[in-house]
Amino acid sequence: MSAPVPAALTATAAEMADALAAGTITSVELVRAHLDRIRAVDEAVHAFLHVDEEGALAAAAASDARRERGEPASPLDGVPIAVKDVLATRGMPTTCGSRILEGWVPPYDATVVTRLREAGLPILGKTNMDEFAMGSSTEHSAYGPTHNPWDLDRIPGGSGGGSAAAVAAYEAPWALGTDTGGSIRQPAAVTGSVGTKPTYGGVSRYGLVAMANSLDQVGPCTRTVLDAALLHELIGGHDPLDSTSIDQPLPGLVDAARRGAEGDLTGVRVGVVRELTGEGYQAGVQSRFDEAVAHLVAAGAEVVEVSCPHFVHALAAYYLIMPSEASSNLARFDAMRYGLRVAPEGVVAPNAEEVMRATRDAGFGDEVKRRIILGTYALSSGYYDAYYGRAQQIRTLIGRDFAAAFEQADVLVSPTSPTTAFRLGEKLDDPVAMYLNDLATIPANLAGVAGLSVPAGLAPEDGLPVGFQVLAPAMADDRVYRVGAAVEAALTREWGGPLLSQAPPLPGAGSDRHDGGAR
Amino acid sequence: MSDLTRAEVAHLADLARIDLSEAEIDTMAPQLAVILDAIASIADVATDDIPPTSHPLPLTNVFRDDVVRPSLTPEEALAGAPDAEEQRFAVPRILGDEQ
Repeated sequence: MSAPVPAALTATAAEMADALAAGTITSVELVRAHLDRIRAVDEAVHAFLHVDEEGALAAAAASDARRERGEPASPLDGVPIAVKDVLATRGMPTTCGSRILEGWVPPYDATVVTRLREAGLPILGKTNMDEFAMGSSTEHSAYGPTHNPWDLDRIPGGSGGGSAAAVAAYEAPWALGTDTGGSIRQPAAVTGSVGTKPTYGGVSRYGLVAMANSLDQVGPCTRTVLDAALLHELIGGHDPLDSTSIDQPLPGLVDAARRGAEGDLTGVRVGVVRELTGEGYQAGVQSRFDEAVAHLVAAGAEVVEVSCPHFVHALAAYYLIMPSEASSNLARFDAMRYGLRVAPEGVVAPNAEEVMRATRDAGFGDEVKRRIILGTYALSSGYYDAYYGRAQQIRTLIGRDFAAAFEQADVLVSPTSPTTAFRLGEKLDDPVAMYLNDLATIPANLAGVAGLSVPAGLAPEDGLPVGFQVLAPAMADDRVYRVGAAVEAALTREWGGPLLSQAPPLPGAGSDRHDGGAR
Repeated sequence: MSDLTRAEVAHLADLARIDLSEAEIDTMAPQLAVILDAIASIADVATDDIPPTSHPLPLTNVFRDDVVRPSLTPEEALAGAPDAEEQRFAVPRILGDEQ
């Protein structure tokens, strides 16, 4: 049997908000439709680690009551959403995809979650992810991988594969993700959806379980650029609870997306980053990228090639800085204050440190252990200058590369990921091959600039989605929305509809019972 | 830049307070060696006159006013603890036999 997508679910989040305002659908109906869809397809996709039926329906009923009174909490009141399991949700489990936090229920909400609740968005549940956001495939989740809705034998990207797959499989109209080295943008690319990594400091990290504080950023996972702008505006802006939050208003993101969709990019300078194309990029990824650039030219943009010579060292610098910060952050999982506590085998009356060692061995998965050990090494005396210190200097050089490139161009563009979705298991035993997926997304995190991925089409050789990345200077996030929306509008016109409408139907307990599964 | 030996991995795991099994050390040591090899290229990139960047934002000492704010109750703060007693986290003994 297959599960066709009910018409109500293929609407964009913006359209759902309009329908709620017009009274043609209620939030309870919308939430029920999504819960039915999750029940039908999530056994195959496994995008969710936790579904909160009761909480979502209660929030939807409250939303409908507000609409009834003519007092919606926001223009988006009643549109449901999914949340990556690395963000604290009061009263709802938050595991970070790890055994060490299995069953942990936070006593507080992340600021971004508070903003969702205050705007009236019912939370459908928590989405799957690589353990503590360490990975590019969700295969490092302690609870089993998420499957790509385009081909269930393939990875949905990572670490936020659950959020991207939920959105691509119409299990949620949109979701929150987090991006440390590409965990929003790469899953968006390989699932044919849209994702933004906001400027570092543009969205609060309060209540985000930290992997690498200087790189992590919360952002939107959606099916359209306009939806991403709407969600980004909702969650973004200054938060006194996050000391790294920028105390400035966001630029007008929704306006920029609407303007971009009109398709005129006259006067916009677009820089193609030489170091992020060509060798190492799959042929079909490169050809779809080139076609998208041609659309920008047709829309009036001035396209130039720019060079960022130090980007070739970004991956190496990242794989020193990120594990160093992670090894320090994950020290908090000590079996004392929350999470798992395991007694070592064969030890009578073990002391706290023995319990800590046994718990961290039992509770952390292989990739987390690898990164903790690597970070501990990079920070240890005698190696600090050669590793962590050198990586921080490269970070400076990458920032200078960006600054020079943004002198020549308003935005920079590249393929989001060097390849389309690979098969589950294909790179699991080869950490370095796995790390290479983030080649094009990592520089933005190191420099703190904004980045967005928008679908560029299907690679001819395998029929799988390709992502187009747009980068803009810090606090110029509006530019990624303007250019991203222009690309989206031109390509959607060419395809005759959204890319996701070309995705094959998912197996599941759908309503087409007469089909019987026979082909 | 050198490869990591089994003994070094065991030492690092000790520093990180993770009881790695012998089998885990056997698997991890060569994997870490490959990763270190892949990132070895950074050694020659930057000269000493390049300042380090630890953070994308130039921030120092972000303060707030010293005023009382709402916070978690003791019950909420202890709700996720493996063990609690008398409004405190209950932990295994912290001293060894010889202390």
